[in-house]
Amino acid sequence: MSLRDEPELESFQDEYWSPSGSLHLDRRDFLKVLGGGLLICLTHASAQAQEAGRNFGGHELPRDVGAWLHIAADGQVKVFTGKVEVGQNIRTSLAQLVAEELRVPTDSIVMVMGDTGLTPWDMGTFGSRTTPTMGPQLRTMAAAARQMLLELAAERWHLAPASLTASGARVTDPQTSRSLTYGELTRGENLVKVVSAQQSLTPAVDWKIAGTAAPKAEGRDFVTGKHTYPSDITRPGMLFGTVLRPDGFNATLASIDTGAAEKLPGIQVVRDGDFTGVIAPDAFSAQHALSAIQAKWNVPAQPSNRDLFEILKANAESGRDDGPRLVTGSVAQSMAAAALKLEERYTVQYIAHAPLEPRAAVAEWSGDNLTVWTGTQRPFGVRDELAQAFHIPPAQVRVIQPDMGSGYGGKHTGEAAVEAARLSKAAGKPVKLVWTRQEEFTWAYFRPAGVIEIKAGAQQDGTLVAWEHHNYNSGSAAIATPYNVPNQLIQYHSVRSPLRQGSYRSLAAAANVFARESHMDGLAHAAGMDPLEFRLKNLIDPRLRAVFEAAAENFGWGRSKSTPERGFGIAGATDKGGFVAACAEVEIDPTSKKVRIVRVVQAWESGAVVNPDGLRNQMSGAIVQAIGGALFEQILFGDGRILNPRFAQYRVPRFSDVPRIEIVLVNRRDLPSAGAGETGIVALAPAVGNAIFAVTGIRPLNMPMASRSAVAGEPDSVFRS
Amino acid sequence: MGEFVLNVNGARLRVSAPPEESLLSVLRNRLNLTGTKYGCGEGQCGACTVLIDGRATRSCLLPVASAAHAKIVTIEGLETNGQLTAVQQAFLDEGAFQCGYCTSGMILNATSLLRQVHNPSEEQIAAAMNGNICRCGAHPRILAAVKRASELQGGAR
Repeated sequence: MSLRDEPELESFQDEYWSPSGSLHLDRRDFLKVLGGGLLICLTHASAQAQEAGRNFGGHELPRDVGAWLHIAADGQVKVFTGKVEVGQNIRTSLAQLVAEELRVPTDSIVMVMGDTGLTPWDMGTFGSRTTPTMGPQLRTMAAAARQMLLELAAERWHLAPASLTASGARVTDPQTSRSLTYGELTRGENLVKVVSAQQSLTPAVDWKIAGTAAPKAEGRDFVTGKHTYPSDITRPGMLFGTVLRPDGFNATLASIDTGAAEKLPGIQVVRDGDFTGVIAPDAFSAQHALSAIQAKWNVPAQPSNRDLFEILKANAESGRDDGPRLVTGSVAQSMAAAALKLEERYTVQYIAHAPLEPRAAVAEWSGDNLTVWTGTQRPFGVRDELAQAFHIPPAQVRVIQPDMGSGYGGKHTGEAAVEAARLSKAAGKPVKLVWTRQEEFTWAYFRPAGVIEIKAGAQQDGTLVAWEHHNYNSGSAAIATPYNVPNQLIQYHSVRSPLRQGSYRSLAAAANVFARESHMDGLAHAAGMDPLEFRLKNLIDPRLRAVFEAAAENFGWGRSKSTPERGFGIAGATDKGGFVAACAEVEIDPTSKKVRIVRVVQAWESGAVVNPDGLRNQMSGAIVQAIGGALFEQILFGDGRILNPRFAQYRVPRFSDVPRIEIVLVNRRDLPSAGAGETGIVALAPAVGNAIFAVTGIRPLNMPMASRSAVAGEPDSVFRS
Repeated sequence: MGEFVLNVNGARLRVSAPPEESLLSVLRNRLNLTGTKYGCGEGQCGACTVLIDGRATRSCLLPVASAAHAKIVTIEGLETNGQLTAVQQAFLDEGAFQCGYCTSGMILNATSLLRQVHNPSEEQIAAAMNGNICRCGAHPRILAAVKRASELQGGAR
């Protein structure tokens, strides 16, 4: 089939363009805007991109285009994807994958991301799905583009495409050494190709660009302050907004007096039911006017940390629908016969994502069309939220996501976008709204708290025979044990959470792995076995074994014995296609019981490594972030209020908390690349907990492990941090 | 409202603002110098760090009136003629960021440190940087970058 087949173009236009309203341009406009050249679209996006998280409104992958790639008449390569860059470095790693297949330098590629007016619909950037799903899609398009370029050159030279080579952004005829740049080939062309099937992709063992360390795209802009984050956006005539927050969750407005605020110069107060917002010519006046509003709220009595774990269990047992349940054999019978038995209840507190850039949005109306710049992991989800809030078709809403100040699963929702749009509509001008740190700590959502109960049994020689694992509320990610156990009962119990909760890096894997790997450690001690030896005895999965062995070898596991002041712990897991094991060395002051993590060695495998530098950065960052949840991060709450909504009160990891970190990458170039943004966070806490046990004989059962009690009057953890 | 002439990155900038408005808010919202970031508004995270007469200072806690006679340097003012400072270059070379939102504050704090202590130990660097939060966990690379910058500067001395 020739490249210029009209039916293909027509089907492309009819089937894939307008229905979802994700694009304002049709095909001809698109090529006109882009100035001709070569456009590749990918359809029938892989159906495997299922969301592992929660609360995504049942989105299914649409039938339309998943991504597209354009080579302009000057050879400029642009790739359009709805994925977003939030610090995880996919702007770089995806460009590397395209560069590899297209045979061009990585930095010659422009990635257009997360703009609902320019990029194809995408469910969102979460669940470690970018690398395994978007990666192959982009590679497929790039490989198709390369083939088209070869065919264009072949046409000109009257040669067979297979006799030519593509490299360094040009096609070369090896016989004569003559060559044409991609720009020379696409100049004056107006080509569209729709691809669906996987092209023959360059195997990772042959990668020359992918698989190598590439610096962060546009890195210079981050050291000069030039990069524009969502909260940095300005628009002509822009005003500044703030929103009046209730005194507590589930509060109702009893009375309000906005008179004093409205008398201030340039201030507009916007009232709509319980919503009250302020619009001002500058940010300072907006805050000032907000503080001049007198509001009284009725805040109902609500639970606190004191009741939390009881509530989670009680609500789960009240007959609500339960989550995934896995049963093999009989736990009851095998437990009765087991020589070694261990039963524990583990708990995890709510924690906050606390992205350093809080929620922010700039909204601008033009008639009934709305454009919002905002930080979100789901630009298309936020577009739909806005469309619903203002009763307009999604096609009239454009959400643009400038690479933002991180999310960690915490920015799936569009609160600030909706609020800014509401204020902008009232003002008739663009409005910027930036949440304060306290707002971010209070009115965003949290990583779920949870109760995890594990009952397990083993034979005297350490062979596992029974495993029962119940997770109340925190979630089902990585709930299944990777160990070989013939009798299992594994169940997630959904619960109506006292606090608003949602996704967090790795979802519940961090909690389930903390509980399971702590329990494995306990069983190893009960069996009188080395914790690594005990795991390997019960583990078949060769990939998980490999990271355990790599971590242990690099750490020098077993070389030194734990003492009353210094100890070692090990833990590992697999989830979302990633395999992780960590060894931790911990020092504990015998008097103060202060825990200091001295050294962490983490081994990681997620198939073929796309960007080893970016991957190391992710792993190292995951370990540091994990320290917070492991040792001291916890949300304190009561009666509908967050009691520690400040960095002065909610401790996050700082330089003084950071141990020596060594990352061991196991590069399986024979396996497809999986995502690595999340699962690197799960092994640290149990490795540290197990090291604490090795030193003190005390098993930490609650995350955070080394903080004051979340409940006044109850005994603190014996450990400090 | 007050009228102020601020010395920012070598330029004299006229600005009207209430005297108690923070320098951070004035820089970001009135002068459109958005490289300086808001992270907490109470001096706990360091994202808003600028140099005031050469010293790292939290601009979120500094009323603009107090900065009126000072020499203010923001992240935008470090580069000279397209040349990055040693600290900026070291952060770039070490890839010492993920989302990069804390980077401005980290670089300015490190710049201040290296002006006071020419060859800081790792412990001194960690202690001096401890007031700056990075939520992505780029700490090991940031420490390496500050060390590298001190070596780069040492070589130039």
